[in-house]
Amino acid sequence: MADELIYQSATQLAAQLAAGKISAVELVQACLARRQAVDGRVKAFNSCDEAGALAAAKASDARRAAGQARGPLDGIPVGFKDVIAVEGQPLTCSSKMLANFVSPYDATVTLKLKAAGAIPFGRLNMDEFAMGSSTENSAFGPTANPWDLTRVPGGSSGGSAAAVAAGEVPLTLGSDTGGSIRQPAALCGIVGLKPTYGLVSRYGLAAFASSLDQIGTMAHTVGDAALLLGAIAGHDPRDSTSFKAEVPDYRAALAAKKGPWRLGVPREFFGAGLDPEIGAAVKQAIEFYRKQGCEIKEVALPLAAEYAIAVYYLIATAEASSNLARYDGIRYGHRSKAATDVAGVYFQSRAEGFGPEVKRRIILGTHVLSSGYYDAYYLRAQKVRTLIRNEFTAVLRDCDALLSPTSPVPAFKLGEKSADPLAMYLTDIYTISVNLAGLPGISIPCGFTGGGLPIGLQLIGRPFDEAGLLAVAQAYESAHDWHTKHPSL
Amino acid sequence: MNYEAVIGLEVHVQLKTASKMFTRVAAGYGQPENTLTDPVVLALPGALPVLNKEALDKIITAGLILDCAIAPVCKWDRKNYFYPDSPKNYQISQYDQPICVGGTVEIELPGPSRNVMGEHKKIPLTRIHLEEDVGKLNHGASDSLVDYNRAGTPLMEIVSEPAMHSADEAFAFLTALRTAMVQGGISDCDMEKGQLRCDANISIRPVGETKLGVKVELKNLNSISFVRDGIAHEIRRQVAVLGSGGTIVQETRDYDGQTGASQSLRSKEMAHDYRYFPDPDLMPVKVDEAWLAVIRPTLPERMFDRQRRYLEQFQLPYTLTSVLVPSLALGAFFEEAAKLSGKPQAAANWITNDLQRELAAAGVELAASKVRPAHIAGLVKLVESGVISSNIAKEVFVAMFATGEQADAIVERKGLKQSTDTGELEKWVTDAIAADPKAAAGFKGGNEKALNAIKGAVMKASKGKANPQLVDQIARKLLA
Amino acid sequence: MSTQPDLNLDYLANLARLALTDAEKAEFAQQLGDILHYVEKLKQVDVSGVEPMAHASPVFNVWQPDVVAPGLPVEAALRNAPARREDMIVVPKVVE
Ligand SMILES: [Mg+2]
Ligand SMILES: [Zn+2]
Repeated sequence: MADELIYQSATQLAAQLAAGKISAVELVQACLARRQAVDGRVKAFNSCDEAGALAAAKASDARRAAGQARGPLDGIPVGFKDVIAVEGQPLTCSSKMLANFVSPYDATVTLKLKAAGAIPFGRLNMDEFAMGSSTENSAFGPTANPWDLTRVPGGSSGGSAAAVAAGEVPLTLGSDTGGSIRQPAALCGIVGLKPTYGLVSRYGLAAFASSLDQIGTMAHTVGDAALLLGAIAGHDPRDSTSFKAEVPDYRAALAAKKGPWRLGVPREFFGAGLDPEIGAAVKQAIEFYRKQGCEIKEVALPLAAEYAIAVYYLIATAEASSNLARYDGIRYGHRSKAATDVAGVYFQSRAEGFGPEVKRRIILGTHVLSSGYYDAYYLRAQKVRTLIRNEFTAVLRDCDALLSPTSPVPAFKLGEKSADPLAMYLTDIYTISVNLAGLPGISIPCGFTGGGLPIGLQLIGRPFDEAGLLAVAQAYESAHDWHTKHPSL
Repeated sequence: MNYEAVIGLEVHVQLKTASKMFTRVAAGYGQPENTLTDPVVLALPGALPVLNKEALDKIITAGLILDCAIAPVCKWDRKNYFYPDSPKNYQISQYDQPICVGGTVEIELPGPSRNVMGEHKKIPLTRIHLEEDVGKLNHGASDSLVDYNRAGTPLMEIVSEPAMHSADEAFAFLTALRTAMVQGGISDCDMEKGQLRCDANISIRPVGETKLGVKVELKNLNSISFVRDGIAHEIRRQVAVLGSGGTIVQETRDYDGQTGASQSLRSKEMAHDYRYFPDPDLMPVKVDEAWLAVIRPTLPERMFDRQRRYLEQFQLPYTLTSVLVPSLALGAFFEEAAKLSGKPQAAANWITNDLQRELAAAGVELAASKVRPAHIAGLVKLVESGVISSNIAKEVFVAMFATGEQADAIVERKGLKQSTDTGELEKWVTDAIAADPKAAAGFKGGNEKALNAIKGAVMKASKGKANPQLVDQIARKLLA
Repeated sequence: MSTQPDLNLDYLANLARLALTDAEKAEFAQQLGDILHYVEKLKQVDVSGVEPMAHASPVFNVWQPDVVAPGLPVEAALRNAPARREDMIVVPKVVE
């Protein structure tokens, strides 16, 4: 029984719950059993409140029995990247700094999911404070790629991607600042959606880079990503950057929107550094759309291609250096035992609490904002960011969506890039500009390398047109079976 | 050598709002420690700020009262520095685009005497911006305890130009500023509660020199008189240093109002580098004419404008106006009484003397006073029409204050009407002459003053009710 | 690779209140030097007349009315405190 549930989509599970074929308790037990069986090797989870999940499942079953089920997510377990607050649960950001921190409040997305009856199921590993592209920068050790345990799952939402890919939980939340949902989704062979900046509230998401961070959904299918997005999207008065937009029925839109579409292919996203197998798989996907009657246009994004990473690392680190100042060992978090004065509390607690990548970015961000360098670095980066956004706006005037690889490389070996931060940063080359422009982006499986590693196709949409973007993705998924392949664990 | 002092003030004023600047947990004073917090106040991971609209309305009100230009667009910046009372280790403030630019504070310097108006000046402001307050550190013997109740309270920073030249000017500036803020409903400005806090930048230079001298920042000036005393002390100190051939070092000094001495605060090991940058969590604010048009009608009349009006429109003496104008409520009370009575001066006298005295003695606020403007007007009318004497009126006022009864009712109930019954008056005068033949003889002998003894006896016998004019007439007739 | 001569790690570590070991300083000097060298390319872009982008969307006037909402009970507020006494956070004595 349990094994049959593992790789079913949330949409299928919802149907079975609704039909009374399974109970939420059975579903949670199946997930717990799977986690028990594989997570010792995958290490997707930082923690899991098993009793809490079972209690929530019981409550869901009781609601359903009373005819008060709250909708398709009622009784479905959802994993949380360990950067999103759930009241009474740990919120570690995979940092020693917050190793013992328990959140006294719920993020807005958490409140929304609880209201929908979803079951918060465990805390998922990540790069510390979402800084990284491999989940190796975790104070609790790296997560492994379920397709090849010697390789990284991508990052920073590596735990969220691996947990879905390994069948431990059908849906997870991630966060994406420069590709942190799409890149691990691609490397783990699942669907990862980063919504338009402002569509999903950031309240309760521990900030990395506030003007870029966005919570998004990770799932087996496009339909599942749409299902979860519908539950978490929408205006939030607690987040000043949250947009006052109507939330459409994304799942209905999937069925309704059929194309053909005008699709842009950014010329620069297929240049040097792109793994040939990935390039070939993505070109095949483009051919699929052409055969479906879509108009395929080559477009140019020269500024995004050339400067996005530089702009990103100036803006993101500047914001991070300020956002992470609150981790000081005073009100919560790690306080150094060696500290004898207040300065010691600061200097030593932060030295002991943060890992090397976090320290590196705090120092870089501090430099970028410091007296004498602000104009040359931070202000200039903000201006180039404007130009990059304008470039996307112009291109998307004539295109419904853009197609590109998600990552230039498939899952790399654990430890392979960790000594060279710049090389690691360059793996985000196709995803980062989407965050700079604030656009929605999705990665869907589009094949495998000869070595059996998943390949992701990135689709980039217009602001707040998640419905359109998901429909384009759905058209591909419906005609292919990549998403039905699973790693053997 | 003669020196001129140059003084600029930086004033922090807490805004009177129900909730905090960037979150809706209650703002307040005197609550149990750490009971006014939430994830935003404590800077918990994931918490985000959202502006308080009322704080914006209040700073715009302040800006309009002080003739500032209201910026069409202002934005929010992070000021990065570490301190245990600062939960985020950055303060959300306004750096290069504050909401209020320029403006002035009209001040009045002490006149030659209390009865004479002093010189007026307009002290220019640099800017006013909005930010958030920090928590409170309680220092113990071996450690410090932090209470975050105050953290996140809306705070307005008012920066003056270095345009004052004496401690008296600084004192007058703060007094006028506080009045404007209180009258605008912007803040209660209670310095004991930290609702108004002031730092002063002070330098001196030889008279005639235009370049500014080295400035010293004076901190912890926690009452308005300490500001005056501290600045005067610092000016004397700097003059003495330069006079003895020394040099002024740029530093921050702490003034102790109790001992009247200042000491240098441990100089910071490194210059500040606050790394200001636009807060990505907060959207800029656009202020359009429609918004200002909503606020303008709510602005109170400025204190000195009102004082000028009282002097001109009501012909009040300066001393009375200077009692009436510092309080909006008292001014409004007066204007109502003036209107109802038609006798502004008489009404002003009752209010500034008798009413103020009784309120102070009873420890009662004006708002709770049983004497309302109509009572004053009724009393003024009784005196003006000769129904009671001013002496009786004093007695009636005390009764009104105690009971809230109208003056005419008290006069009626106590039978205090002036007697104009000539038969009764003649009897009192006849008795008085009989009782004091010496005075009667004196008057007859040409001593005008001797009549006063007779009249006094009549007033006493009549318990003040005898009409003094009639008594005078009758006495002269009977002694003729 | 290049190290930035103007990357003052002691100064930055002090601003960021972050104690760095000599080994970390040496490593960061090299790595951050590479990154700063990489971002030099932004100097090629003509940004004259371009507005800086501080937010992903140009929205103004986001606020809430001044209506009090409940906060955290003291217990919840202080549950993660490393040291507390009398419902306050304890820190080593702050010398002002
Ligand atoms: Mg200041
Ligand atoms: Zn200030």
